Amino acid sequence: MTKLSLAVLLLLAAPAFADEQTIQLRDAPGRDVVLNSCGACHSLDYIQINAPFPDEKLWRAEVTKMISVFGAPIDEADAKTITEYLVKNYGAQGPS
Amino acid sequence: MLTRRSFVATAGTALLAGPAIVKQGLAADDLTLEPELPGGVRDAARLETLPGKVPLVKLTYRPPNYETPLHYFNELYTPNEAFFVRYHLPDIPEVDAAKWRLGVGGEGAPNRYELTLEALKRDFTPVEVTAVCQCSGNRRGLVAPHVAGVEWGYGAMGNARWKGARLKDILERAGLAKDAVEVAFDGADGPVVEKTPDFIKSIPVFKAIDPDTIVAYEMNGAPLPHWNGFPARVVVPGWTATYWVKHLTRIEARTKPEENFWMKGAYRIPNGKFPIVQRFLSQETGVNTPITEMVVNSVITAPAAGDAVRAGEALAVKGMAWDAGYGITLVEVSTDAGQTWTRASLGPDPGRYSFRPWSFSAKPDRSGPLTVMARAMNAIGQTQTTALIQNPAGYHHNLMHRVTVNVA
Repeated sequence: MTKLSLAVLLLLAAPAFADEQTIQLRDAPGRDVVLNSCGACHSLDYIQINAPFPDEKLWRAEVTKMISVFGAPIDEADAKTITEYLVKNYGAQGPS
Repeated sequence: MLTRRSFVATAGTALLAGPAIVKQGLAADDLTLEPELPGGVRDAARLETLPGKVPLVKLTYRPPNYETPLHYFNELYTPNEAFFVRYHLPDIPEVDAAKWRLGVGGEGAPNRYELTLEALKRDFTPVEVTAVCQCSGNRRGLVAPHVAGVEWGYGAMGNARWKGARLKDILERAGLAKDAVEVAFDGADGPVVEKTPDFIKSIPVFKAIDPDTIVAYEMNGAPLPHWNGFPARVVVPGWTATYWVKHLTRIEARTKPEENFWMKGAYRIPNGKFPIVQRFLSQETGVNTPITEMVVNSVITAPAAGDAVRAGEALAVKGMAWDAGYGITLVEVSTDAGQTWTRASLGPDPGRYSFRPWSFSAKPDRSGPLTVMARAMNAIGQTQTTALIQNPAGYHHNLMHRVTVNVA
């Protein structure tokens, strides 16, 4: 299959997966980074269904896995932002 | 059966009633979400219709993960249009049957060759196997404490008649060599980021040359649906669906174990925790081993949770039981929350890898909630568990199913 750049991919992905647009992640600091970084490879309902049980350690492990195993092009600063957003909004201590 | 029309009608009614009800209409009324599921599943799960499918329980859109509503398992063969959908990677091409090619070869099969779909059907004796296709993580969402992953309820499975060519015959034509240890499969689906490991799975040679292991091109008498692997997929009866690679494009006989993430890093269970007969020794480490055979299991398909039932009248209890192919020998039902058990009647046996229907007639004599439970045993004495066998990825959930109805 053809490998595409992330930017091209995002452009292509939007119309092809219209149903995804109904997913509303919680509006909180870091959401845009989550939408762009996580949403490039998978729909954001993956986050919803895995809530609210993961603690900080588990969410961090998930973000690390996306980068180190699945090769997500996410830098360290964004990884930190994403983890914080997930812990706060979809974590064991967050609103449920 | 829920049709698209009735789904739309319900959603429309809900819209009239206001936004708060819309969500209920989609997420609660039409589909019963198990109370044990993570709370977040309630935000995400809804009945959604993929092209060619009836509404299924959407857990994730991309990659698509959709489960079959429980009531479809009232039928022995799960309808193709209701069969669950499970993908790891988001790039899923619509395969053109005329252009599709299946490559066969590898270091352990020197006479490499290519098959068209027509040749696959023509060159090998067609065989049909009835088998349960069940995701390793079926029921993961019911695991306590929760583990991360796709949070399935009961519906990441189905039973079908699979028709195709024996993998053994396909491998023999390529000159399967004595030093082959594994046979690996790749499908047309792939990642969108280059560094994401492609989904490639292998099985040990003994399982690959089992006469029941096939490359299927038909399911329940029809071509495979796109979402279930058109035009051909691997069918490994008795083993969990992770090996049943869809949109198959390459079969590789390997003289060394497959090393990719999907073999070495995923789909593993701790050594010695589950009563498994068929092991995958070339992949086993000192700590864990690939998941292989399904554990013995059963579901109650009727009554449904929350049904209203009359005291003093017969209550038909029924469901399906299955295992890794040793054969279901006993299903027992309890109507007192597991204190006493009575043998259910087993239906006709459609084959060792199939769902086995069972039924039982209960007579509730008191009003109030009534909890029905079922448990199955197979020919080698394997049983369902009362306590979960914990494992990191939440595989092999076979706790007894319980359904509570209201007797009035």
